[in-house]
Amino acid sequence: MSGLRIDAEKCVGCGACVSACPSGALKITDGLAAADAGACVLCGICVDTCPTGAIAVEKEGAQDLDLSAWRDVWVFAQREGDGFHPVTFELLTQGRQLADQLGQRLCAVTVGEGPEECAPLLDAGCDLVYLCPPPEEGRRLEPFCAGLVAGLAEERRPGAVLFGATPLGRSLAPRVAARLGTGLTADCTQLDVDRETGLLRQTRPAFGGNLMATIVCPHHRPQMATVRPGVFPALAGGRRPGARVEAVEPPVLPPPATWELTAARAAREGAGLPGAEVIVSVGRGIGVRKNVKLVERLAQLLGAEVGCSRPLVEAGWLSYDHQIGQTGVSVSPKLLITFGISGAIQHLAGIAGAERIVAVNSDPDAPIFAQAHEAVVGDCVEILEEMIRALEGRAD
Amino acid sequence: MRIVVCIKQVPSTNEVRLDPETHTILRDGRQSVVNPFDAHAIEEAVRWKEARGGSVLAVSMGIPAVEELLRDALARGADEAVLLTDRAFAGADTLATSRTLAAGIRRAGPFDLILCGKMAVDGDTAQIGPELAEQLGIPHLTDVDAILSVEEGRVTVSRRGENGPETAQAALPALLTLTREINVPRMPDLTGVRRSLTAPFVRWGADDLDVDPARCGLKGSPTQVVRTFVPRRERETVFLEGAPAQQAAQMLEIVREVLS
Repeated sequence: MSGLRIDAEKCVGCGACVSACPSGALKITDGLAAADAGACVLCGICVDTCPTGAIAVEKEGAQDLDLSAWRDVWVFAQREGDGFHPVTFELLTQGRQLADQLGQRLCAVTVGEGPEECAPLLDAGCDLVYLCPPPEEGRRLEPFCAGLVAGLAEERRPGAVLFGATPLGRSLAPRVAARLGTGLTADCTQLDVDRETGLLRQTRPAFGGNLMATIVCPHHRPQMATVRPGVFPALAGGRRPGARVEAVEPPVLPPPATWELTAARAAREGAGLPGAEVIVSVGRGIGVRKNVKLVERLAQLLGAEVGCSRPLVEAGWLSYDHQIGQTGVSVSPKLLITFGISGAIQHLAGIAGAERIVAVNSDPDAPIFAQAHEAVVGDCVEILEEMIRALEGRAD
Repeated sequence: MRIVVCIKQVPSTNEVRLDPETHTILRDGRQSVVNPFDAHAIEEAVRWKEARGGSVLAVSMGIPAVEELLRDALARGADEAVLLTDRAFAGADTLATSRTLAAGIRRAGPFDLILCGKMAVDGDTAQIGPELAEQLGIPHLTDVDAILSVEEGRVTVSRRGENGPETAQAALPALLTLTREINVPRMPDLTGVRRSLTAPFVRWGADDLDVDPARCGLKGSPTQVVRTFVPRRERETVFLEGAPAQQAAQMLEIVREVLS
């Protein structure tokens, strides 16, 4: 039976686990920690809290699966216009490294009219591109792609499948994982191969972002992960010898009447944060709403985009498409200037790709300063006014 | 119209803080709340019920104490509640959770819509909605900002698509995941609280559901957390000194340096 095991030899009865347990399932009895099996939800928080390493979550019942039959690293190559979503090339860069470590192929799965459209994927270092003709007019892309990736994975058996954590990817990947009965790790910020086991180690922010968790999928295949756009760099992989495109059949789907119909009309709008070179971003430390105008003015003068942290969106001061962080967008500008952002880890997760960060905050202990290259301890409004004055003065 | 709302109990995240010395997570987690996104799902379901008739079923998988949160959902206008609770469900990842929820919802009978919050604030995965829809073999639409209509066997929504807001439809029964922009949840009133005490409430364990216990809980979860750590960001931060005007000038110098 799976359960929580407490090693009586190692337990010193300090009670750290008792105060950490979100379920109130632990208590100290006769100087040792004891778990109430009825209340414990096996969340594992106590395992990491225990200073002596006395607690473990034990799991039994591994599924028998011939893991060696599942090979290659796949990337779902999401289309955008005539090309591909930028996250595709970030995934391919990361996927290439993983495939090389494993001695396996890097493959892309995509939808398109002809093999010539796949040139950018081949140039990015794919060994093989699975190309499927697009769905008929008026069908939602999502169920189509879910059917495509799941069906192809059952047939070809990849070891790992990576998706961009785009609106499409975040909707599609769980559907595919559930159909295949395998694990999925959302919003990974790091992917590597365990040298001993060959398992894909998937690292992501957890528990409100205060912890990073490394997750593996040991007994099920494929190993699946989504990755936020902007987290990994996109490097030119170069074309591989023998790289090719293979045409695959479209998935068989239920008729649209019983499935999904669409009237999707979309207009690109909102902030151009993902591709911005310079971003000026603002957090709660800005004080009052009217000060956001100063940030917008500075951004305008610098030709920058405006970003913000979650509290400002929740307060209604800026719209959601300005939100940077774990629940917003990830950004990778050349320069990020922050005003009044304290640096909650959920927010930091979204700015990991920034090449240079200059942070302004009145609190010298703000966590953002640990992440910043340059820090200014001071009043945001004063600094903003000085910068705007200098820039406007120069323009005159 | 019968609407199912899925609810998750989450730790009140304000309680999460780090021990400055050991860098381990400190929380007196006995404070639990309804996942804030799910509160919007309850509200939306109750609004549609009030406008169109029908009923709202609140479902959660969790420890017995989750009853309190389901009672709260009843006080806010849900008509019945189901708590899926069993040792066999403990330690579930999103796949195992979606299987258990699907089994509970199947047992609860036919429905037209399932509403879920877009994500839970503790895990932040946003996976349960689409995984649950797949388990039930129904379509889903994520990131819904508004339900525009439910008629003629289909639901029409406004959602955040790949290129911004879009209108999309799905055939019923369907599952929707909702953003927090969709509505402002109400507070329970006295009538609601009184009703919540007597409203139909059932607890189902693994034996009550058509599920394989080996596919639930920790045992049925493909993913395993092998390590957790506090992210450390080591960097020599340069503090820009001087009066605000001097600090501003240094910052503009950095802008010029980066852009040149």
